[in-house]
Amino acid sequence: MKLLTHNMLTSKCLKGVLVGYPLKIEVQDLRICEVNCNLDFLIRVIPRIDYPVLYTAMETLGYANDLPSEKPEDYQTNEEFLKKLHHALFEIEIINGNLLCPETGRKFPINDGIPNMLLNEDET
Amino acid sequence: MPNRPEHLGPPELFYNDVEAVKYTNNSRIIDIQMRMSERAFELLLLPKDKVCLLLDIGCGSGLSGSVLENKGHYWLGIDISSAMLNIGVHRKIIGDTMLVDMGQGMPFKTASFDGAISISALQWLCNIDNNKYVLRKRLDIFFSTLFATLSRSARAVFQFYPENDDQINIITTAATRAGFFGGIMIDFPNSKSAKKVFLVIMTSTSMISPEYSRKDHVITKTLTTRKRTNKTMITKLRKNRILEKKERNRRKGKFVKTDSKYSGRKRKNQF
Repeated sequence: MKLLTHNMLTSKCLKGVLVGYPLKIEVQDLRICEVNCNLDFLIRVIPRIDYPVLYTAMETLGYANDLPSEKPEDYQTNEEFLKKLHHALFEIEIINGNLLCPETGRKFPINDGIPNMLLNEDET
Repeated sequence: MPNRPEHLGPPELFYNDVEAVKYTNNSRIIDIQMRMSERAFELLLLPKDKVCLLLDIGCGSGLSGSVLENKGHYWLGIDISSAMLNIGVHRKIIGDTMLVDMGQGMPFKTASFDGAISISALQWLCNIDNNKYVLRKRLDIFFSTLFATLSRSARAVFQFYPENDDQINIITTAATRAGFFGGIMIDFPNSKSAKKVFLVIMTSTSMISPEYSRKDHVITKTLTTRKRTNKTMITKLRKNRILEKKERNRRKGKFVKTDSKYSGRKRKNQF
């Protein structure tokens, strides 16, 4: 699971959960694989990304130094920042671990890079 | 249509390891899936010069997602069958996939996606595999959460195999209830085997409608926003009417059953 996906995921489908965002991460295995950078898409996706959430996610993974703690204002033209952001969003993959609902603490296991968001019947 | 796979069992059990491998290696299925995905992509009417973030509902092993990839878009996929998703991971698809039951809602934050496609998945949602499932509730949850995750003026295109007209009706009304606009579109309506049903829905009316360039397309239904009649209002009116009638008869000295909380309630539908 890439961090872009983590930035989109919520646990609001759970019964009684209002926001369910951001999900906490517990990592067991990580993988870094190179992906071609698509600048157009990256610039388009930035407004949709919750930057503080991405930064805390990077912190929990132990890569806090790879990303500035605040989004620079000239992010559309700042190439160095865009490269770092691309690395954070697309190249770091969580292979095994857990996602935790911030409100109920419900665990969503990640196996083989696939988060399991299935709920039991009593949870919907 | 003989033996529909939906009738054999729930999707997470039907698409087990064996079936998933069969499905992904069958060149005929791949070919059909690709063509349907291309067509669904065409109906999405995405802006040509922009790279979009799309959602693939029921992505399976990522066959439909690879079409989106070829067109230069980025996608996230959800499916209920872990066997299918595992194959997708080994095929090294670009998009991320998740294990999600569409009837439980989309676990994404609001306005995340520029569009959604779904190839041969929606009919699975219409099957009640568990006696605790309520079809209407599941459809409502699915469409309303989908509406929330799509950005404004986004489209969602579903290719599906409806069992009968009732099923189409149930699905389209559920989509309207969630606030979608759009309609059903049928490719090759006169052929039994090539016939393909698409549900094209959008989050706002201000969008241009698709060009129906091919000859074989027929638009059969257009969703109309239904006027909401307040159900509780109607039952109250009926109850009052019945109570008044009973009171009248009581004054005439006729035998009238005593009033209770059940008076004026609708009887259950009898078989």
